[in-house]
Amino acid sequence: MVAALFSPGRKKLDKGLEKTKENVFKKLSRVVAGRSKVDDAVLDDLEEVLITSDVGVETTLKIIERIETRVARDKYLGTDELNTILKEEISALLTGENQRPEEGFNLSGKPRPYVIMVVGVNGVGKTTTIAKLAWQFKQHGYSVILGAADTFRAAAIDQLQIWADRAGTELVKQQMGSDPASVVFDTLSAAKARNIEVVIIDTAGRLHNKANLMNELGKIKRVMQKVIPDAPHEILLILDGSTGQNAFEQARQFAEVTEVNAIAVTKLDGTAKGGVVIGISDQFKVPVKYIGIGEGLQDIQVFDAREFVDSLFS
Amino acid sequence: MFENLTDRLERSFKLLKGQGRITEINVAETLKEVRRALLDADVHYKIAKTFTDRVKERALGQDVIAAVQPGQLMIKIVHDELAELMGNEAVDINIKANPAIILIAGLQGSGKTTFAAKLAHLLKTKRSKKPLLVAGDIYRPAAINQLKVLGEQAGVPVFTEEGVKDPVKIAKNAIRHAKKEGYSAVIIDTAGRLAVDEEMMKEITSIKQAVNPHETLFVVDAMTGQDAVNTAKTFNDRLDYEGVVLTKLDGDARGGAALTIRSVVNKPIKFVSTGEKVDALDVFFPERMADRILGMGDIVSLVEKAQEQFDEEEARKLQKKIAKNQFNFDDFLGQIQQIKKMGNVKDLAAMIPGVGKAIKNMDIDDDAFKGIEAIIRSMTPEERANPMVLNGSRRKRIAQGSGTSVPEVNRLMKQFNETRKMMKLMSNKKKLSGMMNMPGLH
Repeated sequence: MVAALFSPGRKKLDKGLEKTKENVFKKLSRVVAGRSKVDDAVLDDLEEVLITSDVGVETTLKIIERIETRVARDKYLGTDELNTILKEEISALLTGENQRPEEGFNLSGKPRPYVIMVVGVNGVGKTTTIAKLAWQFKQHGYSVILGAADTFRAAAIDQLQIWADRAGTELVKQQMGSDPASVVFDTLSAAKARNIEVVIIDTAGRLHNKANLMNELGKIKRVMQKVIPDAPHEILLILDGSTGQNAFEQARQFAEVTEVNAIAVTKLDGTAKGGVVIGISDQFKVPVKYIGIGEGLQDIQVFDAREFVDSLFS
Repeated sequence: MFENLTDRLERSFKLLKGQGRITEINVAETLKEVRRALLDADVHYKIAKTFTDRVKERALGQDVIAAVQPGQLMIKIVHDELAELMGNEAVDINIKANPAIILIAGLQGSGKTTFAAKLAHLLKTKRSKKPLLVAGDIYRPAAINQLKVLGEQAGVPVFTEEGVKDPVKIAKNAIRHAKKEGYSAVIIDTAGRLAVDEEMMKEITSIKQAVNPHETLFVVDAMTGQDAVNTAKTFNDRLDYEGVVLTKLDGDARGGAALTIRSVVNKPIKFVSTGEKVDALDVFFPERMADRILGMGDIVSLVEKAQEQFDEEEARKLQKKIAKNQFNFDDFLGQIQQIKKMGNVKDLAAMIPGVGKAIKNMDIDDDAFKGIEAIIRSMTPEERANPMVLNGSRRKRIAQGSGTSVPEVNRLMKQFNETRKMMKLMSNKKKLSGMMNMPGLH
């Protein structure tokens, strides 16, 4: 029964991305309706479809250019082929060398405790994502401990405590306003002392253009390394799926200060903009590892590029 | 924010330089850049298109008179169109009723709860209202606690009914409570919801019907992408809100969503939220935003901010001291405090025309004055009043006391002396506008 809960599979992904699919598809079919040939007008419309799906200007132009090249080479390109070509192009962007095969929630061969530090701007869904991750790791048989290092936002600790209770994991916390680095130290020490396998650290939301807050992340990291020299093993940047072009700026700037090595895109159930996943995958060396597609504990998925493209084009 | 748009426009306008008349040909490249810039700023695709078409229409065939460069003329046209698109005039919030009922709605993570507290603070401190905050988000874990903490920071009581699982009932009870207790404004925070979540959209509609608010405000994150158009529309169809609140504008999002929403639902943006502090809330002025987009600075906002924090009496005293060359470290410290009260230094500096771009990549934090303050605070009262006594050994002691170094103390001394000299000069010429001296930023 539990297994059914934690592996929502294709069905859930399809459902979570329904909006994206509907929109991209409806729009695409409108683009080619009544036209037999891919010409400038079709390409213009395609540009609109991609941009309004938040694929991003940069990546959109790249896709359009590639199709233009193909049109120039093949002289004639029927609109019926456009779908197939787009699928190819998008798959190439998603599964190109930027992407490494994902291990999902399986941590075999990974160091213990496996330390995940979660970062992102305000309101993207860090705390909720942490709860979902904690629950998933627990379902996969790992012991999990959380660290409430968002000591800044009002009631962030209470929020995480409620989630921790729901997910059935322990939480290390101090008072609001206390030093986040000290919470992190306590959490990692506890994990080490008690052989806990997964540590997930919540951090306060910070706008990426605030230098002192960004520097604080460096401090947290240094404190981690006092307890576990190679921690954190995963620095997970959370991006809100409804964010536009600024998502790229966030990814760029967080990566600059913290060596982000995984990305989670949240709130993909509510927006037509799964497109941002395509843009992010294209422009960063950092793989999209998880996607959030709902408000329940089980509504997180390891991102599978192939499955994603299939669900867009099926 | 918006710097990139400015950069782009500036670059594309250069293309027009030296041309006597705006024609279809020479304007094409510029318009392409304008459109690209708008798209980069998350302005919705269709709106960007309409916008450039309108600019083109107005620009075509215009003679470029000798006094104006074609680029400047285009800036003017783009600016006028932008301002018009955003509504030309600031629209105030309707709080005449007693109690004035304000309903807040938006997506998850857009910043509703923080905004609710900021609005309460604003109504209390600047509009002489007695506000009550209402915790209507019964879903998100700890949302009620969050509002309680923020309410405390704002000095505004929070109405909660923990255990009640019906936000409509909570809202109604809150209003009854407000009337009984003599509150003159009721701000109802609600749960974040997705526009596509039918059940939740029904809920917010029934809250609205139940409390019949004077103002319904739609809160939207300035970083929102192309979907802003759908979200804003759906919420508007359901709620017919009075205004929009743009949050997280202290980030570097270019905020094209503002243009999009304004032109799609034709509802004014009433507030912009610019930071984590409870007073980081500004009234939205479309004209100024347009100026800002075009890199013309936001000098009006700056002056208003200065006036708000500026104490006439203090200024007069200071004036006298400067004239007598008695300006000392206590005054210096006082000035720093005043600047800090005005908000984030980088935000302030960005409002000065021409500065925005220059400091784009510079790190100026709220902490910019920390070292200076530490040094001054490590001085004895006598030293602060009489900087002349600061000899080598005193400086060494101060450096140790403040955790800085002697060269840093020396640098501050030099800055201080220069400031003093400059002030003396200025006070001889004209009345001092105390705020415009920013110690530490030399």
